[in-house]
Formats: sequence, structure tokens, C-alpha cells
Amino acid sequence: MTLTETPPDRELEAGFEATIARNDRIEPRDWMPEGYRRTLVRQIAQHAHSEIIGMQPEGSWITRAPSLRRKAILLAKVQDEAGHGLYLYSAAETLGVSRLELTELLIAGKQKYSSIFNYPTLSYADVGTIGWLVDGAAICNQVPLCRTSYGPYGRAMIRVCKEESFHQRQGYELLATMMRGTDEQRAMVQESVDRFWWPALMMFGPPDDASPNTAQSMAWGIKRHTNDELRQKFVDMSVPQAEALGVTLPDPELRWNEERGHHDFGQPDWEEFMEGVKGNGPCNAQRMAHRRRAHEDGAWVREAATAYARKQVSA
Amino acid sequence: MDSQIDIPAEDEHDSAYAGLLVNDAHWAFGTDFEDPLAGVDTTIPDGVDAPTLAAYALMLGDDALVMSHRVSEWTSNAPDLEDDIALSNIALDLLGQSRLLLARAAKADGSVVPALPEGSPAPPEDALAFFREAHQLRNVRLAELVNGDFAEAVVRVLLFSVWRLATFERLRDSRDHVLAAVAAKGVKELAYHRDYSARWFVTLAQGTDESRRRLLAALEELWPLWPELFDTHAVEAAAAASGVGVDPAEVRAAAEGVLDQVLDAADVPRPEARRRAGVLGRTGRDGMHGEPLSRMLAEMQSVARAHPMGQW
Repeated sequence: MTLTETPPDRELEAGFEATIARNDRIEPRDWMPEGYRRTLVRQIAQHAHSEIIGMQPEGSWITRAPSLRRKAILLAKVQDEAGHGLYLYSAAETLGVSRLELTELLIAGKQKYSSIFNYPTLSYADVGTIGWLVDGAAICNQVPLCRTSYGPYGRAMIRVCKEESFHQRQGYELLATMMRGTDEQRAMVQESVDRFWWPALMMFGPPDDASPNTAQSMAWGIKRHTNDELRQKFVDMSVPQAEALGVTLPDPELRWNEERGHHDFGQPDWEEFMEGVKGNGPCNAQRMAHRRRAHEDGAWVREAATAYARKQVSA
Repeated sequence: MDSQIDIPAEDEHDSAYAGLLVNDAHWAFGTDFEDPLAGVDTTIPDGVDAPTLAAYALMLGDDALVMSHRVSEWTSNAPDLEDDIALSNIALDLLGQSRLLLARAAKADGSVVPALPEGSPAPPEDALAFFREAHQLRNVRLAELVNGDFAEAVVRVLLFSVWRLATFERLRDSRDHVLAAVAAKGVKELAYHRDYSARWFVTLAQGTDESRRRLLAALEELWPLWPELFDTHAVEAAAAASGVGVDPAEVRAAAEGVLDQVLDAADVPRPEARRRAGVLGRTGRDGMHGEPLSRMLAEMQSVARAHPMGQW
């Protein structure tokens, strides 16, 4: 069934390989191996779903933001995430799958989203911590994707990353402001960092020796760094930022290793990570129920829009 | 295939994250421009009564604050991503209007601002938003209702924006520079809100049987609160008389005219529902609200009130 098995496609495949080797982009109308297309759809969809599910944990604080300025910043940020979902679903559509199909796969539990969003947001400091650590980790993962081999994905990621770095900045700025406030606020920030540090490290995925898809994705130029490389980079960048903030990162093994020129650090609880991946994280059921309800509640509206558009065409 | 990946070299590009500790002017936030009215002429025009100006600004500011809250509850809940983004946008616009108007009220008459503990860093517009009780808010009751389905959101945004746009078009000529500036900016925003909701109004009316049924039900439900928008409160009469405000009664014809156009386009008859009574003759502008407002404020104000000395 796959195109790669018929002889004339050998030439196409060679052309594809040459494009990858030259660091050129593969564009929607170019020939590509089925596996490449499948991997991209899986990755872009997972990324798009993460943006949309990721609106929920922070979105639940919009109505409780403690100042009008913070409310505007948070609302704009969550709105940006909807926008990111939109570009990413559009990038996936260039590979022949519709937004509706992907949404239905998500709701049926057949596609995944980033496990980080299965953690609850329990205080306003979490809005800051998510910006600083979660968006920070996302940027580490995503900046290399601006150079990913598939054109529409790479171009979407350039814009996503610009906005993400703004999001990270607002989170850090919120935490810095709270740290200048009351003792209760400082305690709130520390408690939030204690809860999100390990989940943020999990965002880079399992250790390299347990990551089955990494090698092929790197060969195809979809992925540019391994999980462990990115995790190390994130830790190295976060340590001085934590010091500047005045918070402690909750890892007793965290220390500078002069020889390696990097920080040594402990491992997150990978069993807890796997629980989240399997659907048993603290908020998996809640996030999915929210998304399913919004999608189902909106069905009659989408049907009305389609029916109206059809009437306009036939009128 | 000639789409060479022409983005900066790896190290340079990866540094998007590393610039976090640099406090440069490149970033559009920080603590430097806390005062939303910075650089605006806030002197009170001759012959204008400061408490009247403040009370009037509070009314318009509270309408936006409360409506923004309800619309923002749609974020992550809308029927499609485009609508999620549009509704968030409407909530953001109204939130921005509210911030400016509450700041204007506080600047015109500091006595309207609730007292906070000595040394609280909360700016006056936040004290107004987060430290008043429901009966101190002056928003119209249409804004505060608990959200219904998407048809209810469409009808509510339509009624609210048709009315507010008609008001702001006149308010651009306010003798108060701040109100005139807020209105000039707000007119563009409200024109979008009206356009967005009017398009959906027609779409739902002409879409499926179910969408039409839901739209008509929403209109029937909200219609009794439409006449309240055009009642003239004593504060509005005084603000209009001194040239800083708009008498709602005077925008009724314009607003009704626009609404009739939308109803015609959608082939929807004007409802016949009667206006909703108040309590002892008092309604939203008098601080007499329905039950949902105090619950909304309990949520909106929870974090701010738990930390009256907090820095945000």
C-alpha cells in the first residue's frame, strides 16, 4: 500500500533524501515517505492539542486575576494559545488531515497532548510558574523546530516561538513582582515552583535510551536535538534565573559540574509521568471532559454555520 | 524546493530563551507604566462637577468590567477556535475600556475609591474593581447575567455593543478629554463586537431549525433588559447636561434603528416581552442587581482580597 514500495518512487525518495541533506524545506506538494507524513501528523497534532488543552489550566484563573493588568495579560496569553492551535492545525491540514478529524481523535483518546497540562493550577503563582518553566521548557523544545524540515510546520513554529518567549517573559515578570511583595506571596511562588519543577523536566520526554521515536525523527530532520540534550540545556538556563528570582529548585542533586560544564541534576518520577501518559494523571479526565463538552456544545453552532454557508451558495 | 531555511544560525536563534535576565526596553511590560492614564490630560473641564464625572465614568467602566468577565468565561469553551479567539478579543477590549474608565473615575474623585490598608500597592482602578461590593457597582443588569449557550452570548454581545457603540459615538465629543479618548478608541472596538455578533445573529437565525430556535429563545430571554439600557439615571442626566456624558435616552433611536436592520436581515420579529421590573423601582445603575453579580464578584475578587498588600 505504501508508495515507497514501487520502483519509480525510488527516484522520488532520493530527491526527498537530498532535500533533507541540503537542509531545504519539504513543502506540502513535494513527495514524502508515508512514515514521514505520519510522524509529522502525529507530532503536529499532539502539539496543536497541547496548545488547546493548555488553555485550560491557566484559563481557569482569568476570572480570578488579582489586577486588571494581570487579567489582560493572562487573557491575551490564553488567546495566543488558541491562535497557536489554529496555525498548527492548519499546518497539519497541509498533510491531508482536517482540524475536525484531529479534534475527534483527541476526544476519543487516540491522540495525545503534553502531559504537563494534566497538572492542576492551584494558585495565581502558577500562572507565573507556567510562563517561566512550562513555556520555558516548551521554547527549548520548540526553537529547534523552527528549522524542522517540513516547511509549514517550521514557519508556524517561528511565530509560535516569538509569542512563547513573550509568554515566558510575562510569567517570569509576574513571579519577580510577587517575590517583591508579601511573605505570603513569596511562599506562594516557592510552593508553585516546587510543584512544577519536576513536571517541567518531564516535558522533554523520557530519557534518550527510552525514547523510541527519536532516532528516526532526527534522521528526517523533524527533530534536531535529543530529549536529554534539551533537558540539560533547560536546567542550565533555569538555575541562574531561579537564583535571580530568589527561589530554590527542589532538587537536592542539583549542582554545577565543572568538568562537564553543565549542571548535574536528579531524575523526575518517570512512573508518575507514565501515569499521566496513560491517562491517570491528576487532571487528565477533567481536561478531556472540558474539551469534549466544549466541542459537543458547539456542534449545533458549527452545523448552523455550515447550513447557512450552503444556503448562501445556492441562493 | 527552493525554500532554503534562512533562519539565523543555531546559537543565535536558540537564544530567544536566554535573554530572560536582560531587562531591556524591548519588552512591552514591566513596572514602568502602571498608570493607565499616563500622558493624558486629566484636568476636569470648567463647570463640570467632579463627583458627577466620577460616578458617570464608573457606570461605563462597570458595564465593561462585568460584561468582560462574562465574555471571558467563554475562553476555552467556544464552538470553534476562531470564536474562542474572537470572544477573548471582545473580553480584552472591554477590559481595557474598563481599566481606563475606572482610572478616570478615581482620578476625578478619589473619594469613590474604597479604602485599602495603609501602604497597599493596589492602584485605584484595581481598588475599584476588586474591593467594592455588588451594590456599589453601577453596571446595567444585562451585563451580569449568568452565561447561557452560544446563542445567548451572540444576542447579549449584540444588544450590548449596539447600545454601547451608539453611546460611544456621541461620547467622542465629550468635554472630558479622557472620556472622549476612551470613546474614540472604543468606537473601533465596539464596531467589531457589533459586526461579529450581528453576523452570528443572522447565521444562527438562518442556519438550522435548532439554531433558530435557540436564537429566538435567547432574544426572548434578554429582551426584557433592553429597555433598561435607555433609562436616564440622574448621574447620566447631569453628566449629559455638563457636556461630559451622553443621555441614554438620546441614543435610543439610533440603537433601535441598527438593531432593526439586524432583525430584518435575520428575518426575526421584534420580541414583545415586557421590560423587567427593578426592586423598589431601582435597577443596575442604582446598584440594584440580580443574584449572579455578588457570586461573580466573589470569584473575581477572591485573590485580590486575600492579598490586599500584594504586589501583582
